[in-house]
Amino acid sequence: MKRSITALLLALLVPAAAALTAGIATGQQVESLRGHAVTDASDNALNKQTMAVPGGFAVGWEEQPPMIPHPIDKYSIDLRQNGCLKCHSPSTNEANNAPVVAESHFYDRDGQKLDHLAPRRYFCTQCHAPQAGAMPLVENVFGDR
Amino acid sequence: MSEQTPSPAPKKTSKHRGRKATLLVLLIGVAIGILFWGGFNTAMEATNQEAFCISCHEMEVNVYEEYTDTIHYTNRTGVRATCPDCHVPKDWVHKFVRKIQATNELYHHFKGAVDTPAKFEAERFRLAQNVWRTMKETDSRECRNCHEFDSMDYTKQESRSAEGHQDAEEAGLTCIDCHKGIAHSLPMQYDPEKDAPGKSIFYTQQD
Repeated sequence: MKRSITALLLALLVPAAAALTAGIATGQQVESLRGHAVTDASDNALNKQTMAVPGGFAVGWEEQPPMIPHPIDKYSIDLRQNGCLKCHSPSTNEANNAPVVAESHFYDRDGQKLDHLAPRRYFCTQCHAPQAGAMPLVENVFGDR
Repeated sequence: MSEQTPSPAPKKTSKHRGRKATLLVLLIGVAIGILFWGGFNTAMEATNQEAFCISCHEMEVNVYEEYTDTIHYTNRTGVRATCPDCHVPKDWVHKFVRKIQATNELYHHFKGAVDTPAKFEAERFRLAQNVWRTMKETDSRECRNCHEFDSMDYTKQESRSAEGHQDAEEAGLTCIDCHKGIAHSLPMQYDPEKDAPGKSIFYTQQD
C-alpha cells in the first residue's frame, strides 16, 4: 500500500518537476512586464538612448537616489578620478549649474562628517542611474517628497 | 651725315653672356628652391601624421590606446581628429615652432625617458599640464581648428551644453577649461574638484 502510494506520487511529481525545471532553464516561461521573454534581446527598450531631461525626473519613493537626467556615456568613475565631481562637487557645482552632492554623502560609516566625499559614496552609479527613453510601464503616483 | 651705315649686329659681349648666364643660374636656382621647399614641406608633413606619431612605442601603447576609446577616434559621422590635429598648430609659423620644440621629444625618446608604463605614468601629470597650459595660452587654438562657438547650433545640444557653452563664451573661457581628459586618460594627480572653470589650479601647479 505504502509502496504504491509512493510510486504514484513519484509518477506524478517527477515529470512535473522535470517540466518546471526545464521551463526555468530555457527561460521561456519567464516574461518581463513588457511582454518579452527575459532572455529575448529583441526588446528595443534595451537599446534606447539615455535621455537628457532638464529639471530631472520625479522620484518614485522616499529614499530614492535621484535619477540622472542626462547621458553619462562620456564620463567615467575610475581609479584616477570621479568624473561626476567635475560638475557636482561643492567647489565646482555653481560654475557648472549642477546640483551639489547631498549632505549625507559627506558622512563616513561611523557618522563622522568629512570635508570631502565619503569613500563609501565614491561610485555614484551604484545608486544613481540615467534613464532610457522607454515608456514607463507603471504610473508614478508618489508625488514630491 | 644723316645717312648712317647700318650698325652691325650687336656683338655677343661678355657682359651680355654674363647677364644670360646669371639669368639661367637664377632660374635654375628658383627651380631647385621650389623642389627643396616642396621636399622640406613633404618631410615636415610626413612627421605630421598619426602613423608617424605612433611609430614611437611609448606613444602607441599609452596615449594612442587611450584615445581609441574616445569620440575623436570613432563616432557617428566618422569625422576624426588625429594626433597632429590637436597637438600641432596648422598655420605655418606656429607649426614650425612646434616642430622645432619637438626635437626635445626626439631627444627624450632616444634617452628612454618614458619608455615603460611606469615611467610614463610618472611623467603624465607634468606632460598633461604642459598641454593644458599651452592650450590655455593659445585659447585652445587646435580645438578651434574644427570647433567654433559661433557655429554651434545650440538647439542641437543638450541644455547643459548649450548653457555651458554660452556661459563660457561670455566668461571668456576656452575649450580646455572644461574639456580636459577628452582624448587621453587624466593623470592620477588631477582632481576635478580643483578644476572649476576659471579657477583651475592645473595651469600653474608643477608638482
